[in-house]
Amino acid sequence: MKQLAEQIARTDEVPILLTEEAQKFTQEVIGRSGERVDWCYQCGKCTAGCPVTFAMDIEPSRVMRLVQLGQEERVLRSKAIWLCVGCQTCTTRCPQEIDIAKVMDTLREMATEKGYAADREVVTFFKSFLDNIRKYGRTFEPMLVFQYNLKSGHLFQDADKAPLLLSKGKLPMRPSKGSMSVQRIFDALEGNKR
Amino acid sequence: MTAYAYFPGCSAHGTAKEYDQSTRSVCARLEIELNEIPEWVCCGASPAHAVNHLLSFSLVAKNLDLSPTNQIVTGCAACFNRFKTTLYTLQHDRPLWERIRQIVQPTKLNGSDFRIAHLLEVICDDFGLDNLKERVVKPINGLKVACYYGCLLVRPPRIMAFDDPDNPTKMDELMKAIGAEPVEWEFKTECCGAFHAIPHPEIVLALTSKILQAAKDANADVISVACPMCQINLDLRQLDLKKQGKNFDIPVLYFTQILGLALGIAENELGLDRLIIDPLPKLKERQVV
Repeated sequence: MKQLAEQIARTDEVPILLTEEAQKFTQEVIGRSGERVDWCYQCGKCTAGCPVTFAMDIEPSRVMRLVQLGQEERVLRSKAIWLCVGCQTCTTRCPQEIDIAKVMDTLREMATEKGYAADREVVTFFKSFLDNIRKYGRTFEPMLVFQYNLKSGHLFQDADKAPLLLSKGKLPMRPSKGSMSVQRIFDALEGNKR
Repeated sequence: MTAYAYFPGCSAHGTAKEYDQSTRSVCARLEIELNEIPEWVCCGASPAHAVNHLLSFSLVAKNLDLSPTNQIVTGCAACFNRFKTTLYTLQHDRPLWERIRQIVQPTKLNGSDFRIAHLLEVICDDFGLDNLKERVVKPINGLKVACYYGCLLVRPPRIMAFDDPDNPTKMDELMKAIGAEPVEWEFKTECCGAFHAIPHPEIVLALTSKILQAAKDANADVISVACPMCQINLDLRQLDLKKQGKNFDIPVLYFTQILGLALGIAENELGLDRLIIDPLPKLKERQVV
């Protein structure tokens, strides 16, 4: 009880008793994103403006609340964080000026590191995209789609459009390459992690 | 005339070839010098910042290092957003800037004193609409245009500082200057679903059908865009929507293509034939071509 009273007395904290582990998660999200998720007072503007709320398992304002409550697994295993498309509407409208889209980036990074990433399609797409950059310095669209279809198992997705795109000159046969020094960037970042 | 370092973006070599083509034609006609950044690399787009912020900033920093001048222009709203976000973040976070420098190992990049402009800014603000009016040889009279800005040109406004985030008018003013009639509509900055076109196409179809319907309801002849991602989602996906019984049949042109017509540039130099929904019937009906 003494601990509870102390926590309520500290006005900058949510007067709810959280386990140490739960608090650690909340603090990690705030620390890594640099965004005061604890300032969210559940007005719901982010959820109302989000174009993909209709497809989410947990809507954006509830994701913020679950972060405040230290619900690590529920947040990091959600599909919602992968369905966020980064349109920045929530960030633009938040009355507490929380960069919610940036918090979503942080949550995806954490979910990836912990192996929790829940949306196979989006994860496969991102991975194919980044593989393209590493290989060519740029994305090579035909290869990106081919790789995605192969790895995701959606083998013939959009295959019906290939002849038309080809006739419009939109399907190049060879990649346009950028500086291969990107490989050093990828290597340096992998070294950082280790 | 000012010279700009030009960042075409990855889709310029594929799905958005006509954007690159019409951009180069329009700038040549206006004597705006574009110097393509040699060996430019992908900005990382959404997949990089979504899972690894260091990678995202490093890829943009690499391009800054490769750039011949500190004034960079791009036509892609997403690349524009990544460049501006990176510069904004690095300018406000010196320790992070140092960390990115260690990762990228730049050869000549010192400070972060760069200007990233979207092509709309170069034409509307730098070149100027008054100057532009004098170059119009074939006013686009009578063409009703729904100007679509999408998300990343305008949001977040604190960083992008491009235009009003809810009701931007820069492209509308450009259309007026060349004689076209921009329509009033409410979907200027609604999201098209962006990269979900591949992992979750059903999301893109739901969002684009609302945007296309709103343009139809506003009696627009065509939609004008300033982003390759928005363009392909609104144009190509009309084929999928047709299969669902939603037949919009509304052409989606890059603003550079409409501008090019007003400047008297030949259709084949603007890549009008590369668009999925053929714009010619509508343009002929309005006597634009």
